[in-house]
Amino acid sequence: MHLYLPIAGLSVNALVIVLLGGAVGVLSGMFGVGGGFLTTPLLIFYGVPPAVAVASSATQITGASVSGVLAHSRRQGVDFRLGGVLVAGGATGSLVGGFIFRLLQKSGQIDTIIGLLYVFLLGWIGLAMARESARAVVAARSGGPPPPITTQRHRKWIAALPFRWRFYGAGLYISPLAPFLLGLITGLLTVLMGVGGGFILVPAMLYVLGVSARVVVGTSLFQGLFVTAATTLVHALTTHAVDLVLAGLLLIGSVTGAQIGSHVVQQVRPERARMMLALIVLTVAIRMALGLTWRPDAIYTVQLL
Amino acid sequence: MSARFTARGRTGPLPHPASHMMLPMGGRVGERAGAVPERARVRQSWRRLLLLVALPLLLGAAEPRLVPDVSDTQIDIAYSFTGADLLLFGAILYPGGRPPADTDVVVVIKGPSEPLLVREKAKVAGIWINHASERFRSVPSFYAVASSRPLDQLVSPRTAAIYEIGIDNLLLSPANGASANEQTRFETGLVELKRRTGLYAEHAGAVSVREGVLYRALVPIPARVPVGSYTAETYLIRNGRIVAAATREIRIGKSGFERFVTTAASDYPFLYGLSGIALSLLLGWLAAIGFARARR
Repeated sequence: MHLYLPIAGLSVNALVIVLLGGAVGVLSGMFGVGGGFLTTPLLIFYGVPPAVAVASSATQITGASVSGVLAHSRRQGVDFRLGGVLVAGGATGSLVGGFIFRLLQKSGQIDTIIGLLYVFLLGWIGLAMARESARAVVAARSGGPPPPITTQRHRKWIAALPFRWRFYGAGLYISPLAPFLLGLITGLLTVLMGVGGGFILVPAMLYVLGVSARVVVGTSLFQGLFVTAATTLVHALTTHAVDLVLAGLLLIGSVTGAQIGSHVVQQVRPERARMMLALIVLTVAIRMALGLTWRPDAIYTVQLL
Repeated sequence: MSARFTARGRTGPLPHPASHMMLPMGGRVGERAGAVPERARVRQSWRRLLLLVALPLLLGAAEPRLVPDVSDTQIDIAYSFTGADLLLFGAILYPGGRPPADTDVVVVIKGPSEPLLVREKAKVAGIWINHASERFRSVPSFYAVASSRPLDQLVSPRTAAIYEIGIDNLLLSPANGASANEQTRFETGLVELKRRTGLYAEHAGAVSVREGVLYRALVPIPARVPVGSYTAETYLIRNGRIVAAATREIRIGKSGFERFVTTAASDYPFLYGLSGIALSLLLGWLAAIGFARARR
């Protein structure tokens, strides 16, 4: 069934988009990643203009996050205090990101920067996750105790930051500046890459801040919810690239998928789930790296003046 | 659009050089108009009328006239739009009566022109990045030409260049002071890109002419077509010469919901953004309660 997207200016197969949203939604419910890192490249691959893909996938992540946040908060899986600090950082980051986006767009290097960011960030995080989860899987096979997570619970530079707060859900007593900074970086990435930032937030909360694993996914979704909502607004005001029809189609798939995902994850052993996510992340990174080095289909691109 | 077709929906023959000549108005040199007696004036105006009627015959060239029409002068892009087929048809009127044996018709459909920045990628340090760019002042956003025979068999390169018939004859007006070589490279790149997205197309043989008097052409309009005001120019060609031309205007616009969304996004961006957020929150929440209820 073909549907015309009014902002993107092309017609797409509605079913494909809904299924794409559904697949991404399952991931989002399982791992607390918004799935933007998958949606954006896939939409661009399908022929949607990059600006529209980035802006509309931000809208879609908002919806997918809502159902995820509700599901997790019912199980006390959200630390609202930590989430609030992350959101404050994220909002600041998305404003700064909007400025950088425009600068890069003017110089014509936005596509390259997006590509490089994807390759380095996803490659780095994917490798780290794969290594960690592989160790855990091996340990579980041999019947031994799971290996201790090698990161320090208390990092010196985080402990050195002033004004410590208690984050009960996360089981932390740290300065809010650390999560604020983390939120700022994710906010930047949300605007630049059209991702919720979950794929960087989740590992950073686990391994850098040492947040209790019980609330990591829920809190990450909570942050993504607000930051992507802010990003939708920023894009609507500046780039006019939010396509509501496209976002609606993605949403129908992803909100359903997110519900399925958040239940599937309880049946899967956590280290296996992390391994799966690591593989998906690495695949996207490799694909993006190839995309940068292969001779592109279109040597020439046009931009309206 | 060039000055040749400034009049909307204008039909009829091209202005023949002869029609610009001053018509002999009957007055003799040195005779003042006021001095002409009443009877002479009546005779004079009759003579003038006769001359006007007889002019085409006197000139010897029985210039044919084109009466064009299109299936849609307004194409609406609605939710199910996957492209359209535009039917251009019409009649050729010959003042002399019998149509000559070889008559060819070329139809050119042009979209609104827009200024563009074309970027060129090159491999730098192992990755492909944009490294050079060229501005073009007015590039037709859409260009399709349909002809009854391949264009190179129809018109001379010079005529084709004058009337911008054929994709290679488009005047793209590069704005940078780049070398001619570089301009050609960018023009080729731009045209190739437009061709690939289906926005520039040549349909040789897509016009059929029946007994030299009726013609019809079916030109596909792709789904990615930009909105705006289009022109459909029809040329009647004989012996490599354009003997008649006519223009029709076509509007392509979004309609209904699609139009509403587009105008909302550009005119009320804040409300549009908010409603986007509201939509996603609502759908997310509905799914959450829906699933919670289904599981209970």
